[in-house]
Amino acid sequence: MKRLATFTIVLALLAAGPAMALERVALPQFKGGYVRPQTEVPPPQAAFYDYLDMTVFVGALAAASFLAIRARSRRGMWWLALGSLAYFGFWRGGCVCAIGAIQNVAQGLFSSGYIVPPAVIAFFTLPLVFTLFFGRTFCAGVCPLGAIQELVVVRPLKVPAWLDHALGLLAYVYLGGAVLFAATGAAFIICDYDPFVSIFRLLPLRHTGDSMEALGGSANMLVLGAAFLAVGLFIGRPYCRWLCPYGAILRVLGRFSKWRVTITPEECVKCRLCEDACPFGAIRRPTEPLPRGTRLIERRRLALLLVVVPAVLAAGAGLGWWLGAPMSRMHVTVRQADRVHLEETGLVQGPDNLSDAFYNTHRPREELYAEAKAVQAEFARGGLLFGAWVGLVVAAKLIQLSVRRTRTDFEPDRGTCVSCGRCFAYCPVERERWKKGAGGEMKS
Amino acid sequence: MSEPKDKFGRRDLIRKGALGAGLAGVAGTAAYLATRSARGGTVWQLDPERCIQCGQCATYCVLDPSAVKVVHAYVLCGYCDLCFGYFPPGYEPEAGFETPAAECQLCPTGAIKRRWIEGPHFEYTIDEALCIGCGKCVKGCGAFGNGSLFLQVRHDRCLNCNECSIGAACPAGAYRRVPADHPYLLKGEDKKA
Repeated sequence: MKRLATFTIVLALLAAGPAMALERVALPQFKGGYVRPQTEVPPPQAAFYDYLDMTVFVGALAAASFLAIRARSRRGMWWLALGSLAYFGFWRGGCVCAIGAIQNVAQGLFSSGYIVPPAVIAFFTLPLVFTLFFGRTFCAGVCPLGAIQELVVVRPLKVPAWLDHALGLLAYVYLGGAVLFAATGAAFIICDYDPFVSIFRLLPLRHTGDSMEALGGSANMLVLGAAFLAVGLFIGRPYCRWLCPYGAILRVLGRFSKWRVTITPEECVKCRLCEDACPFGAIRRPTEPLPRGTRLIERRRLALLLVVVPAVLAAGAGLGWWLGAPMSRMHVTVRQADRVHLEETGLVQGPDNLSDAFYNTHRPREELYAEAKAVQAEFARGGLLFGAWVGLVVAAKLIQLSVRRTRTDFEPDRGTCVSCGRCFAYCPVERERWKKGAGGEMKS
Repeated sequence: MSEPKDKFGRRDLIRKGALGAGLAGVAGTAAYLATRSARGGTVWQLDPERCIQCGQCATYCVLDPSAVKVVHAYVLCGYCDLCFGYFPPGYEPEAGFETPAAECQLCPTGAIKRRWIEGPHFEYTIDEALCIGCGKCVKGCGAFGNGSLFLQVRHDRCLNCNECSIGAACPAGAYRRVPADHPYLLKGEDKKA
């Protein structure tokens, strides 16, 4: 009976106010010498791994640059990629990575009070610096996502140039979207839709006792990853070429790199073997001189393009602004406000987790609605910028395609080339040079 | 090399300029972020004051079982005979027995151990190897007791993913990065002093 009475009192208390930090039950004073145990707080293991990661990362970047530029060893690069896949992929579970670090940096730059971990800053900036000096050696030998695709290229088909260029724009759109959602604090879409991380986590190397997410919440992502690998059998590095947002940044920076992969320092015999060997369509042919009439037409086309650039930007910005409202639903505050409003108006019944979380804070509804409004306004501004960015990317692509460059030899494209080293490994001139004792991988 | 070496043309100028600007930009970004970073790194933690015990900590972690476990702040615990974090609602214990059978416990894995101390007081300890982080006990204790049970990310297990999968799914927004030298958000810390 006494218990029942306590129970009733407790219920009354519960109805009266917030459930937090109530001393409903008096704290007992023990007479028998009982000592309350301490709450155990096992320290994080992160710090040590952070330093190990950064050391391995710098080492791998330096090795990749050395192998691509100096040693010119395709075989060495292959083994390095395998090692990076094993360490950054399967051992570390594909996290943290440079691609995902874009989002931390975006959130760190745009929202106050967000702490970017030092390791993430290193993972974001180091490949950029290395790319500015040596080209995209990060993609060739360090990135585990690149490495896993590199290993499955068995029968690469040539992708038509128009399709390659068009799909390549997706990466910039993805980059813009990732920055928008990260900067507004809505979501880390690069991490959410990373196709290979669920494959990396199939092998529970670091946590031998536990299974990491394999078939649980991420079955869809596992299927997506398998699909990317299946496509990758016939199309070299589909994720890197058309989706990777970090690759999109590196593509731009790679164009201005101080050094880069060259096919051969000797005279090109125009045998086209490098073009055949490159599974990524990154080898550009020598240009032929154009008749004067065609050049004039091309120049006029370029001038016209430059005139319509503002219109393309404006169209993109308008579209982005219009998309702001639907995109804002990625933000939890907007979804929560929607849900609470639906419950308030009686259109849906009862609290779900989201609205329950709000009621638990005991704040007035209007406060939540105001917050959601602010987020939506942020998304309208962000969407405008995102749209303008997409417009800019399209315009820049069109301009890039209409600017003529003169090439006398076969050359790797400065942006597209991922420094894998197939071209110089297949170049007959280069093989002759190695035989003459110039080093390289033809030791036998 | 397509351009002759001796000629420093317009393209070279653009390239050199962009290289310099790129380096400056990267260095500037890194420096700016570094000033706002935490020296010893950061880890994920959940704020027990915001937690609503929806149960997603048990299912959304990339680890199975989850890296989130229930933690007991003994300084807040009332050492109740009838613990609402231990017994399911409506349970009437028979007098005299100490450890009821598993089906009489609230915890689905029997991770909470009950030990008689003195008088009507019982101590409740957690076997973390069994705990799956579902938060059922937290809900019970918070609803009828002192709220001395609460969920925490256990850092001997947490992989410190760049984006915490539970944090992304948490409806209460309870997850945030905390400095690695203060990796827990414990309840009852004010009581200790």
